[in-house]
Order: sequence, then C-alpha cells, then structure tokens
Amino acid sequence: MNATRRGILTAVPIIGAGVLGVGFWRMLSDMRSGAFDPRAIKNPNVGKPIPSFAMPGLPGLGDGFTDAELRAQHRPVLVNFFASWCIPCVAEMPGLRAISRNMPIWGIAYEDKPENAAGFVQRDGSPYARVASDRHGRVAIDWGVTGVPESFLVAPGGRIIWHGSAALDPQIYEAEIRPRLAGL
Amino acid sequence: MKASRRFPALLLAAGLIGGGVALAVDDPAEMLPNPAQEKRAEAIGAHLRCLVCQNESIEDSSAPLARDLRKVVREQVSAGKSDQQIMDWMTERYGEFIRLAPQFSWSTALLWLMPALALVAGLVIAWRATKRRTVVTPAPLTDDERARLDALSGRE
Repeated sequence: MNATRRGILTAVPIIGAGVLGVGFWRMLSDMRSGAFDPRAIKNPNVGKPIPSFAMPGLPGLGDGFTDAELRAQHRPVLVNFFASWCIPCVAEMPGLRAISRNMPIWGIAYEDKPENAAGFVQRDGSPYARVASDRHGRVAIDWGVTGVPESFLVAPGGRIIWHGSAALDPQIYEAEIRPRLAGL
Repeated sequence: MKASRRFPALLLAAGLIGGGVALAVDDPAEMLPNPAQEKRAEAIGAHLRCLVCQNESIEDSSAPLARDLRKVVREQVSAGKSDQQIMDWMTERYGEFIRLAPQFSWSTALLWLMPALALVAGLVIAWRATKRRTVVTPAPLTDDERARLDALSGRE
C-alpha cells in the first residue's frame, strides 16, 4: 500500500463525513428557520389558472363566490382555505387580520359545518372580504389542497402565482407575498 | 384447557392474515356494488399516495383526504375512465408526488437504476479484491541475501 493510496483511503471517509455533516446541519437549520419543510408538497397548480368552482356562502356571511368572480378581480386576492376544527387556522387568524389591511383575503371553509365555520370566522372579527363553503372538500382537491390552512395568491385574471401551506403571519406576507405583488 | 390456550394463537394468526389484506375502506358503503370495478378502484388507489400520511396509499389510510380521493377514484371508475385518465387527473392536481411509485424519467433515473448500479459496483469491487489477492511468488534470494538472512537468524 503506497502513500497516495493510504492518503486517499484516509481522506475519503473524513471528507465524506464532513460533507454529510454540513448537509445535515444546513437541513436542520433550514427546518428550524422554516425555509425547509421535509413534509412540504410542491403544488403543481402554481403558474396555472384557478380551477372552476361555484360555492355557497356561510350563514350570515354573504353569498359565496365562483371562479368567474375571482377571475374578474382587478387586484390580487389571497385565497385562504381554513376550517374551524383546525388549530393552526385558529392561530393564523390574527395574522390574517393584519394581512387583510393590505390586500383582500377570500376564505374557503374546508370540510366544515357551515354554522361552525361562520361562528369561527366572526368570533374575533372576520379577516375575509368574502367567504364560501367547500362542505365536502371537492373544490379543495381541484386546487391541490392537502390540508388546512393553505393559501394561494391569485393574480388578476385568475392565475395562481404563489402557494403556502403554513399558517400565515405578517412575516410570511412581507417575505413571500408582498414581493410578488410588486411584479403585477 | 388446550382449546383455550390455542385461542389467542388463532386470534393472532387471524389478525396477521387479516391485517395483510385489510383495506382501509372505513365504511362498506364506500365500496362499488360491481366487484370488478371495486377491484380496479382498489388497485388504482393502492398506487396513490395519501398526502396527509405520505407513506401510505389512499386505500390504506383513514385520513379524510384519502377518503375523499377514494371516492373520486370510485366515481371515475364507475364513469368508465381508464386507469391512465384517473392517474392523470390526480397528478394534474397533486403532482408526481401522489404516485407512490414514481415514473421513470431523467429526474428519477438514478433512483430506479440504483439497484443495478450498486450490483455492478459491488461486482467490480469484489473482482478487483480477488484479483489483488493472487499470491505473487517472490524472486528467489540472491547469494548475498541468503548470507544476510543466515547471519540475522544466527545460523552459521
């Protein structure tokens, strides 16, 4: 066994372990900061037009809405899937109220009893400009929603330009949503 | 006595056998009345990932989203859609990730070919290792070397 060979055999495991270590460290620090989510699912609908739908409203909260009404908007709209039974959705409400001062948010109650969803939305003041009920979750499937809360940024004309599956707050709005509004 | 002792074993065996074939259909009312169509729906569902649990198929999962997707699969099977059409409908909404077995493409080539690559690499390493082990017969000692060896080993 010559010296070069011995050098290679010593260096390879050390460099390999080093590279793995740096990789794991980056993965774990991104997980802590929220930049990397191992369970995140890339939604293939980003960049595509919104699917067609027509949903009823919630009791006492107006008429619901259709894809045509969403398409006809002249401002970007944040579409937020929520449910009264979903704990992150409860946590997200104050954040949504803050974001709603900057842009309209349209809420879709996912697999929720209409009266429960209406009570939940009105409890501390609704962040939603309009609310509709997806009672059996079928509209959510067309949007590629896998759970609640999930949010979509819809450009005027009805193209989806951003998707997020975390509970929204003003930090996410500033980092992910606001920069995208500038380009519209 | 004997029978009572055998009973837990039977139960366990039944559980194991039953567990292997158990499908998640939580409610028999979900199943299609036509057994051939139901079988097809189960086969399609077995290839679709439950996006909530992520490592189970929608047929194995009892998550509400899996239940909804099972219902969609059954509706489309009854409507006469082909397996390909149903898979396309699913991937259009949820992306390639919904397939439990990813399709062969450039981005998945390494994944699919890894067993073959590992086998080839193993054979190469094994072949080189056996080749290196062949004993090289050393050249016979010269007179000088023999004299030195005798001196070192104390032989006069």
